[in-house]
Amino acid sequence: MNRSAIFIVISFVVYLLAQVMLFRQLVLFNTAFCFLYVAFVLMLPIETNNLALMLIAFVLGFLVDVFYDSLGLHAMSLVLIAYLRNYWLVTITPQGGYDAGEGPTLAANGLQWFLVYTLPLLFIHHFVLFFTEAGGFRVFWFTMSKVMSSLLFTLFVVLFLQYFSFDRRR
Amino acid sequence: MQRLLNFLYEYRAFFTFLLLEFLSAWMLVLNNDFQSTAYFNTANGLTANIIGFSQKASAYFSLGDVNTELSRENAQLKTALELQRQQSRNPFTSQDTVIRYEFTSAKVINSSVAQFKNFITINRGIDAGIEPGMAAISTFGAVGKVKAVSEHFAVLISILNIDEQVSSVLKRTGSIGTVQWDGTDPRTVNLLYIPRHVVPQAGDTVATSGYNAVFPDGVLIGIVKDVKLREEAPFYDIKVELAQDFTRLSYLKIVKSRLKQELDSLEVVTKGKEP
Repeated sequence: MNRSAIFIVISFVVYLLAQVMLFRQLVLFNTAFCFLYVAFVLMLPIETNNLALMLIAFVLGFLVDVFYDSLGLHAMSLVLIAYLRNYWLVTITPQGGYDAGEGPTLAANGLQWFLVYTLPLLFIHHFVLFFTEAGGFRVFWFTMSKVMSSLLFTLFVVLFLQYFSFDRRR
Repeated sequence: MQRLLNFLYEYRAFFTFLLLEFLSAWMLVLNNDFQSTAYFNTANGLTANIIGFSQKASAYFSLGDVNTELSRENAQLKTALELQRQQSRNPFTSQDTVIRYEFTSAKVINSSVAQFKNFITINRGIDAGIEPGMAAISTFGAVGKVKAVSEHFAVLISILNIDEQVSSVLKRTGSIGTVQWDGTDPRTVNLLYIPRHVVPQAGDTVATSGYNAVFPDGVLIGIVKDVKLREEAPFYDIKVELAQDFTRLSYLKIVKSRLKQELDSLEVVTKGKEP
């Protein structure tokens, strides 16, 4: 096992524990959730294999589900994101390609690219998650407000962490 | 055959994706109406301990609320006790009434109100005689019913769960309806299926009907807040303000119905004889 693999395993545990112990209890105005664990899948190295990505996502989603008493819900949304992630990364490759050995981070590719990368994927994740949980579109606008406020909250925390690690690296 | 394998290999990512999504959807459906000794939820020992650990930190900040709640409960219990003492002096009260319900007190170690399907985890399980299907009530009103139990913990379906329906009665008129949450405001639920000829008013009491033997009859659910009747709708749209504030749930009681089995089997026998 090389260093980066160990780092990935550790950050898996950290993301999971942060999600179930801290962010699970942190719901703002009864509508804004922070699903930080999605960022773990988004931040895995660019060259990660699609299959491995989906399997990791499934396990992570499943474990989150156990704590939310919502078996299958987070796993389903996260596997979808893991499936879409690599296709989306190819689509938005910057000019000159990605730097070898760099993750899809803000530090490596800049804020604009990072927003283009994370916003749509986070939106799809939250959209699928909340509308599946609501069991359809009966309370559409309320559910939509949950999607949007959670998107803002999650994005805020993700960006905060990106800048935090950005400073440390320099 | 070779070409089929090639095809499968070519699109292996897509097929893995379908397989995993199918697996998740299957769990999702199974989880919706599943009552059992389940492992993959917050009743699981490890999960409950991790949750309990983080709960301890946040519980510290809500100590004040819990105190107020408990002293209110204390006051109510004293009133009930006094009432009972007065009744027992009454010579006309029968002494040989069957004790229909037993109560087990439990502490809430995890609860949520912001999801569409909210669950509550408590620190009592099989070892305290708790079984799936039992009702959970607090001093102020109905809370939910037991969904899954493990050795030391249990998960309850909260009334604030869009899948949960409680048979209930409008006390003043005696009409039977169903209480169900719409997933939006954690302070109010909807009372469904109250027909047009009834005249409900704001301020009416809504309690459990006791029709399905899960809840005892007459457990308070809430107070009618808002009554609307759309044109040509067969039923009223009634908003009920919950008696129990679910954001401050700390202790509750699990109701064990001693006659549930008898009632259920009697109903099964009766239904079986219908032509």
